[in-house]
Order: sequence, then structure tokens, then C-alpha cells
Amino acid sequence: MSSDAASLELRELVKRYPGTDEPAVDKLSLEVPAGEVCVLVGPSGCGKTTAMRMVNRMIEITDGDILLDGSSVTDRSPAELRREIGYVIQQIGLFPHRTIGDNIATVPRLLGWDKQRVSDRVDELLELIGLDAEMRERYPAQLSGGQRQRVGVARALAGDPPLMLMDEPFGAIDPINRERLQNEFLRLQAELRKTIVFVTHDIDEAIKMGDKIAVLRKGGKLAQFASPAELLMYPADPFVEDFVGADRALKRLALQRVRDIDLWKGVLCHKGESTAKVRARLADADLEFPLLVDDEGRPLGWLSDRGLAGERVMEDLRSRAEPTVEMDDILRDALSDLLANQTMYGPVLDDQGRVQGILSLRAIAGALNIRPEDVPDSAELAAEASSSP
Amino acid sequence: MSAKIPLAQVPEGFFTERDPDDLDCVAQGGFCPSWILENFDRYVDPFFQHVYLTGVSLAIGFVIAFALGLLAHRKRWLTGPLTAVTSILFTIPSIALFLLLLPLTGRGNTTAIIALVAYTQLIIFRNVANGLRQVPSDIVDASEGMGLTPMQTLLRVEVPMALPEILAGLRIAASTTVGLATLAFFAGAGGLGAEIESQINFKSNVVVAGGLAVALAAALDLAVLGLQRALMPWRRAVAA
Repeated sequence: MSSDAASLELRELVKRYPGTDEPAVDKLSLEVPAGEVCVLVGPSGCGKTTAMRMVNRMIEITDGDILLDGSSVTDRSPAELRREIGYVIQQIGLFPHRTIGDNIATVPRLLGWDKQRVSDRVDELLELIGLDAEMRERYPAQLSGGQRQRVGVARALAGDPPLMLMDEPFGAIDPINRERLQNEFLRLQAELRKTIVFVTHDIDEAIKMGDKIAVLRKGGKLAQFASPAELLMYPADPFVEDFVGADRALKRLALQRVRDIDLWKGVLCHKGESTAKVRARLADADLEFPLLVDDEGRPLGWLSDRGLAGERVMEDLRSRAEPTVEMDDILRDALSDLLANQTMYGPVLDDQGRVQGILSLRAIAGALNIRPEDVPDSAELAAEASSSP
Repeated sequence: MSAKIPLAQVPEGFFTERDPDDLDCVAQGGFCPSWILENFDRYVDPFFQHVYLTGVSLAIGFVIAFALGLLAHRKRWLTGPLTAVTSILFTIPSIALFLLLLPLTGRGNTTAIIALVAYTQLIIFRNVANGLRQVPSDIVDASEGMGLTPMQTLLRVEVPMALPEILAGLRIAASTTVGLATLAFFAGAGGLGAEIESQINFKSNVVVAGGLAVALAAALDLAVLGLQRALMPWRRAVAA
């Protein structure tokens, strides 16, 4: 599958409806590099959908311009332009009188592809979205909401458009399925690398899906245009700060994994080891409690003072080594584990269950000092997640 | 004016060459199966005349009303005036309309068809306009957003989706037209109505002529229903 993507530029974009004083979109300028996801987010009435719909000319531009790979969208006829821009809306809008296969084939047929190529493309997309080939002959009414949503995305991808517009695509899906679809979509995007304009009113979804986020305020004005991490760390003004929410530090932790931060070095000791050596190591460790491990390096528990009282280390634990976290855990989840166990420290384990370091509340707090540009985005996280079992 | 056939036109031997029982039945204007069997061919031509009047009127009526429905869909402000005009056509008493047209178009098929077409307009027009209006806006939005032109959206999306409503209108129009065509003899266009009227007190005659009209209405209804099922497999697709 080819993965062409186009760059998109909104230049001083204005939409003013006749008979209204306030513009719906006011001098909006954005640049979206090819292959990136740009999320437009804001409260209702902020013009985010209006701005998106001007890109494929479903709404005519009042002033300013939109450039797709450097050329103005107004140079083309609307129908011709739209065939090269994928379009997904919240209600999906599948044709109820057409089969799933025919729905997906809509744009390739408009583009005049020959029958075999259209048919191959439909098969390819059904596989991509994980639907059985037999679904091809079904009608939309026979599918579940999640399946219909996937078909909506497949239909938008069918003509292999360099740009996709998605208007609250997961808005009508229940929370559990929404999360699954978001993750599927991120995996898909990690592979396809389309340029995407994604509209949502949900800041959490914006942080999860976007490479860049444009926060709009009422009247279609751009409040801030930044990466998710930057937005969470340095909100441009009280409006953005309020919009991203009081828990923005926690939201930022959702963008990092345990492996991304500096872990504490703990003191590991074995049963029967000389306590003098252990004490020596404790002197320049981050943490004053030694962690007793077995011969394989797997944690047994935190050693008590009595365990260190004699010449040799005795198996006398102050507490079990709970919780343990893994290198691939998301920091917010790891933090939640620590809090749930009412502890400030947790051993970090590798794939074999061996201790690699200690995660502490202080280390997590320190993670918030990482510069935003060093924080990976969700697509990269998803790509990593899909490559590891 | 009366369309009764004068007694002189009754064929020679009409009342004489039959067995006494049968003669008795016919003379009393009763329901006489043997008379019906022997005289059935009298009804063939009027029946096909009736089919002709109904079919032509429905075809012309559908084309005009469908076009008006599309027009009203494109130019919303025309919906009100068009509904008003077709409603007025529908409320003119049918016999009066047949008679009113006589001085303009003379006796015959033309007059009958004009009147019958007029009666189909309200039903078909209203159903076409309603059906198109009920197509969910998000489906139209998705269609245009994918790059179908407004005309492609109309023909490939809106009309197919409005088809249940449109064909429902056609079914009502078909039964109505079969019924109204029995009055076409007022315009001198014959049909089964002329047969009924010719010997309205003779039960056998009324039953056969009337029965054929009812059968025609039923057959047309089934034909449209069949068309509906053939054109809309998606309507039968239930949630899995």
C-alpha cells in the first residue's frame, strides 16, 4: 500500500456567515507537515468543525486560503477535490442500501478504477480493519456500531487519499469500544502515516491522538498550537490551562513510559550475603532500604532491620515487593499502582522479571521536568506497543 | 346523458336461446354462472381498455409527479405551492372533472387520461417529496464529502433511499386509478365501468366487471410490491 501524504496549510482562514457579526473562524493559521495528525479541539461553537469542513470545501471559505501540498483547494472543483480527501464523520453515514463492499468501493469507483482493482482494494481494506471477507456482502444494518465505524474509516481510506478529515469519528461509540478503536487507529496510522485533521471536543482524545493539537476558543480563534506534552506543560493562557484540565500533570504522565525516565538505583542483596557489604552499598544508594532478590534477580521483598542485624543477610522482610512495575508500563498507570498500594517505591522489572531499578514518586515527579520535545507521541507509543508482544 | 345500451343493441337471441332455468336467472337479473361462462369474452376488450387507461395514466402521472418531487426537493420553497396545486386537483369531484374536460378535449381516451393523471399527482408527488426529505442528512453529507456530485448523490443515494416511500405512493395511486378509471366512460373512454353501467341491475354483469376491476387493482398492487422487494434487498437485511 502506498502511503503518500500531503502537507496542509491553513493561511489566515476566515469564515463569516451572512448576517452575523462574529466570524465562525477567525484568521486561523496552521501548518500540518505531511504524515502528522493535527487535532482541532475546543468547546462547542469554537469553529473546529467549520474549519475542518472548509478543507474539503463542504463549507466555502470566506477569506484566507487552504493549501494542500502547496496548491489552493479553491483551484479544484469540490467533487474532484473531495475524492482525494478521506472523510469520516461521527454518524459515519454509511449508505444503508449498499453492501459493505459497495460502500468501501465508493471512491475508487468514482475515480474510475477498473473492477479488479476495486475488488482487490476492498479485500485489502477489510483485512486492514479486521473484518471477515464474508462481511463484504452484508448491509450496514447487520453490523455492530464498532464494525460500522471501522467500515467508515475503510471507506475513507479506499482511494488512498493523502489527507484524511475526521470529525469526532469515535464520538458515538461507547467508552470501551472507543478506546479500542482509538488504539486500532493509532496502529493503523503508525503504518500508513497519512496527514490527518482530527476534530474532537475531548481533550483526552486530543492528547492521545494528536502529534500536534490546535486549541480553539469561541469565535474560531486559535488559542494554542503545540504538541501534547508542550500543551500540558506550558498552557499559553488561562483558557487553555482550564481547558486541558486541573489534572494536566497526570495527563502528561500518560505520554511517558517507565523506561523513559531516570530510575533510582536500589540496593539488591541476596540471602546469606555479608551485611557489611550491603551497608556499604546502602551508603551511596538513592534508597535506604535494601531489596532482597532470589538467585535469578527476581524480587522477594524489602529487607527489615532485623534481616541486616547479623553478619549475614537473613530472610526477614518488612514488606513484600509490591507493586512491581514493568519497563513498558505507562507512567500514569505505574503511579496509580504505587498509590493503590500506599507505597512510595516499586521495583521495576524487565521481561524476565529481574529488577532493573526502583520507581519512586520522586522519580515520577522528576519526569515532568523532561522537555516536551523529548516526550514521545502516542503514535510512537502505539508503534512500540504493536511491535512488542 | 346516459350510457345505457338501448335494448335494440342487445344481440339477437340474447334472451331466447338458453335453457329455461338460465333464462329465468338472467331475466331476474341474478347471478348466473353459466351465463358468465358463455359471455365472458364480452369483457375482454373492456378489461384491456381498462388496463390501458390505468397503465398509461399511471406512467404519465408518475413521470410528472416524480419530476415535480425532485424539483420540490431542489427548490424547497416550491414544496408549498406544488402541494397546494396537486391537492386542488385531487379534491375536484371526479365525474365533474371528466365532464369539465369534455368541451376542451372531446370524448375519448385523451380526456380520461388527463383526468386520471391529475388524480395521481398529489399522492405520488407528496410521497416522492417526503421520501427524499427523510433521507438522513449525515448520509447526504458523507456522500457529498466523498466527492459524489449533487446529481450523483440524488440518483445513487437519495432516490434509492426514498424508494420505499415512493413505491408506497405508487401503490396507492395504482389502486385509486383502477377505481377512478371505472368512471372513464363519462368521458367516452369505455373500460369496465361502461360494462357495469350498461346493465347495472344485472348481478352477473356487475360481479364480473367489478370483479375484474378488483383483480386488476390487486394484480397491480402485487406487481409494485414485487418491484419493491426486488429493488430493495437491503430493507430485508436485519441486524445480525
